[in-house]
Amino acid sequence: MDLIQYLVSGISIGSAYALIAIGFNLIYNATGIINFAQGEFVMLGGMGSVYFYHYLHFPLIFAILSGILLAGVTGILVERLSIRPIRDASILSLIIVTIGDSILIRGIAMLVWDKNSHALPSFSGDIPIRFLGAAVSPQYIWIIVVSIISMLLLGGFFRYTITGKAMLASSVDPVAARLVGINVERVTMYSFFISALFSGMAGALMTPVTLTSYDIGISLGLKGFAAAVVGGLGRMSGALVGGIILGIVESFSAGLISSGYKDAITFGLLLLFLYMRPQGIVGEIKAERV
Amino acid sequence: MRLKRYADILIFALLLIAYPLIITDNYGLNVGIFALENIITVTGLNLLMGYAGQISLGHAGFVGLGAYISAILTATYHWNCWLAMITAFVLVGIVAFFVALPTLKLRGHYLAMATLGLGMILYIFFSQLVDITGGPSGFVGIPYMRFGSLTFSSYSTIYVVTAMITFVIIWLSKNLASFKAGRIFRAIHQDEEAVVALGVNTYHYKVLVFVVSAVFASIAGSLYAHTVIFISPASFGFKRSIQLVTMVMVGGMGNIWGGVTGAIFLTYLPEFLRIFEDYDIIVYGSLLILVIIFMPGGIAGAVEDIYGKFKNTGGREDR
Amino acid sequence: MRKNLKILLVLFLLAGLVSTGCKKKSKEQQAKAKPAEENVIKIGAVFSVTGPASFLGQPEKNTALMVVDEINKSGGLLGKKVKLIVYDTEGQEQKAVMAVNRLIQKDKVVAIIGPSRSGTTLAVIPIVMRAKIPLISCAASRKIVQPVSERKYVFTVPQLDTFAVEKLYEYFNKKGYKKIAILTVNNGFGASGREQLKLLAPKYGIEIVADEIYGPKDTDMTAQLTKIKGLNPDAIVVWGTNPGPAVIARNRLQLGIKTPLFMSHGVASKKFIELAGKDAAEGIILPAGRLIVADQLPDTDPQKKLLLDYIAKYKARYGSEPSTFGGHAYDALHLLFEAIRRAKSTNGDKIVAALETIKNFPGTGGIYNLSPQDHEGLSKDAFVLVRIHNGNWELLEE
Repeated sequence: MDLIQYLVSGISIGSAYALIAIGFNLIYNATGIINFAQGEFVMLGGMGSVYFYHYLHFPLIFAILSGILLAGVTGILVERLSIRPIRDASILSLIIVTIGDSILIRGIAMLVWDKNSHALPSFSGDIPIRFLGAAVSPQYIWIIVVSIISMLLLGGFFRYTITGKAMLASSVDPVAARLVGINVERVTMYSFFISALFSGMAGALMTPVTLTSYDIGISLGLKGFAAAVVGGLGRMSGALVGGIILGIVESFSAGLISSGYKDAITFGLLLLFLYMRPQGIVGEIKAERV
Repeated sequence: MRLKRYADILIFALLLIAYPLIITDNYGLNVGIFALENIITVTGLNLLMGYAGQISLGHAGFVGLGAYISAILTATYHWNCWLAMITAFVLVGIVAFFVALPTLKLRGHYLAMATLGLGMILYIFFSQLVDITGGPSGFVGIPYMRFGSLTFSSYSTIYVVTAMITFVIIWLSKNLASFKAGRIFRAIHQDEEAVVALGVNTYHYKVLVFVVSAVFASIAGSLYAHTVIFISPASFGFKRSIQLVTMVMVGGMGNIWGGVTGAIFLTYLPEFLRIFEDYDIIVYGSLLILVIIFMPGGIAGAVEDIYGKFKNTGGREDR
Repeated sequence: MRKNLKILLVLFLLAGLVSTGCKKKSKEQQAKAKPAEENVIKIGAVFSVTGPASFLGQPEKNTALMVVDEINKSGGLLGKKVKLIVYDTEGQEQKAVMAVNRLIQKDKVVAIIGPSRSGTTLAVIPIVMRAKIPLISCAASRKIVQPVSERKYVFTVPQLDTFAVEKLYEYFNKKGYKKIAILTVNNGFGASGREQLKLLAPKYGIEIVADEIYGPKDTDMTAQLTKIKGLNPDAIVVWGTNPGPAVIARNRLQLGIKTPLFMSHGVASKKFIELAGKDAAEGIILPAGRLIVADQLPDTDPQKKLLLDYIAKYKARYGSEPSTFGGHAYDALHLLFEAIRRAKSTNGDKIVAALETIKNFPGTGGIYNLSPQDHEGLSKDAFVLVRIHNGNWELLEE
């Protein structure tokens, strides 16, 4: 019975990681950049919703939409103000600049809002759903369903729409993409916007069960990043698989092995993947290794 | 010619000597010691980042490992502090070597993620091995450094020891950077495939430089442990790793003096920013972004550019 | 390139010389131009205002600023104004060490309150001992003040974890709980609680059947709780500060665990009930200072008036409820003021000697009784057991 609960808990929290991983993949697909400020979009979605709900007294649904939009707009700002000026810089510079963005966003959130934790009401009550002797908060059903829908939508978006294909093309070869008339700059901006929207949504959806605060983005961002790598960077289905595997490993190692070392086990798994299968579970072998 | 070649390191030595003569109060010396300890780590990291073009987002873990090994050997097992420091040095080198073997086969974002994960794992061990490390509450009872009957407990004496070690580290790094290995590192940074095509095994060099940088971090960690005589995992987390990388970037990658400048600048900057109180985090974040956008070569690069404009010849010929 | 470097270094040398020269000059000028400085008593404060321990530092800073404004309005100390200089440690030892050195060397403070964490406090102890400047810490760990013979200038005001644990264990003995599970946060606060919980268990005949950990920013603790549920303990003790314990309370409700839940004084603020939600918080019992139940205290309680006064003023100024942690700064400053008044001096040794004579001094944390052997000043009675009922605190009958 315990084992089922571990599994259910793992899938629940893992689906939240998956949603964040999707954000990483969106930007990676369009630009080849890993955005270290991704966790801050998650935070903005959550803290923004809290702000609009508790302080401006918006109805819950509008508060959440505003929170998500706030994350999206921040995504555009990050791209316009810090990524575009150094689009052709080395990976190292891009990593550092996004780290700078994350410090800045976190600092502003701390000063504009506060340093406390905050909660939102659950979307459909707090009465847990029982399932084979395990219990799960209804909020997690929301998260799981939203992650699966997002994954399918985005998979389709990249495969079947012109904008999606343009995004993929400009990631693979920006010069060629430009030659065939793709506005690479606009594509990059879109990718940051959409990615921030998805991460903001993850943040807003999680807040009722996990609570939120200005500094929650670091750890969630890292977990989301790990999920994206385990699944296979750039793969939408990989994000879901990676997120859920990470969640399950975390849950089982906390329950069965040691709760103190659970994060070490999670990161250990990540390293193992990087060493043995850097393309991730669903990825194809790419020449990222020497 | 000889003098010219050693001019920069001589000036550095003079600066090291001049500092405690000008700034004699404990606060200034204290900040100076922390700056030197950062210089040691950052110089190693700069060799890795600037010369070999490999990133590490987990170097605080090696600083911590050095600090904890020194602390445990001297406080728990009453070893001589220098012997403990050397043991830490060797052990960290061995750990870094085995870690580097699989890790440095990775590139770009994958390498960043792997080193980040390693730093995290080390951090978790520092806080979870409560019986050995004291856990999150920290490790108390570390002795000061001693030499014979001398105990280095005052900031002025600690400064002298730290400055001497820093000088040796800088001198070694400068030589390493200008010999064959250094030239290969720099070539790897610019065009790894070309170097591979020349029949050079770049991987061996990368592993080597990773070990060297970890060992430098370990020395800085040991010195830090004996300066503050108290350590806790909070000092060796992700945030510290980011600070170290930032120092390299802001100072200027691939230039030893750039790294040194970055370490000094970013150790003193927060002290000046104290007047901004909570706003310092915003200043820090913006600075990081602005430097990367407007001064991609860091402070060192900017100074070179200015100098180049004065000379009208570009001034970059030997880059 | 080498030439450039030389220039760079020369520039640096010059800049350094110029700046230090300027500073020295301006300092001399200041000293000459401002004899008014003589009429100010400077007190330093180091709190983790930002960073992961800002839940400690922020209320401490707020409170300290408020208390100093008050004393200046009512005429100051020894006929002089009090000036408070607050530095942020970000919860980092390195920053704390530099801040304390700066307070002592540059700002020339007569005493220091803080730091907020036990780690940052332990890191700065060697400095204040050497400078002979009294330090009243806001961190709850016995390691800070013991052995007192080696910690002459160091005091601490918070109620110690030991007392909180004893208070809980006495209650467990009364209720006949034998097997307990503990779930502690992986930071200094949780580690210290965990140590005391494990240390004192045998003395009270209590067996710890599960010893689980969670991270300060973890978002789901159902795995740990599921494991604990399977071991079927008599009680669960959670040691942490927001938001972790609130998540745990919610997870416990979600898993339908009926085992009684106990927490630490780390969550003793209205914020916790708000975060956990009324249903999840219902019935949780914790040891806490009297601050959160001030209005329920009998009028004879020596702390009551002071607590209500502190709460009212804090709310008026900052618009939020004060926390136990803010109270630490209140107590540290008031003890210091009292000592300076008694010593009629700002000399470090005299302040320490005066502090050691303070007896029956009511603060927010309890009644302080300091002595040359006791630099903590509080006893187990500083804690009361409170229960959360209907979204509010309820003083549990002794």
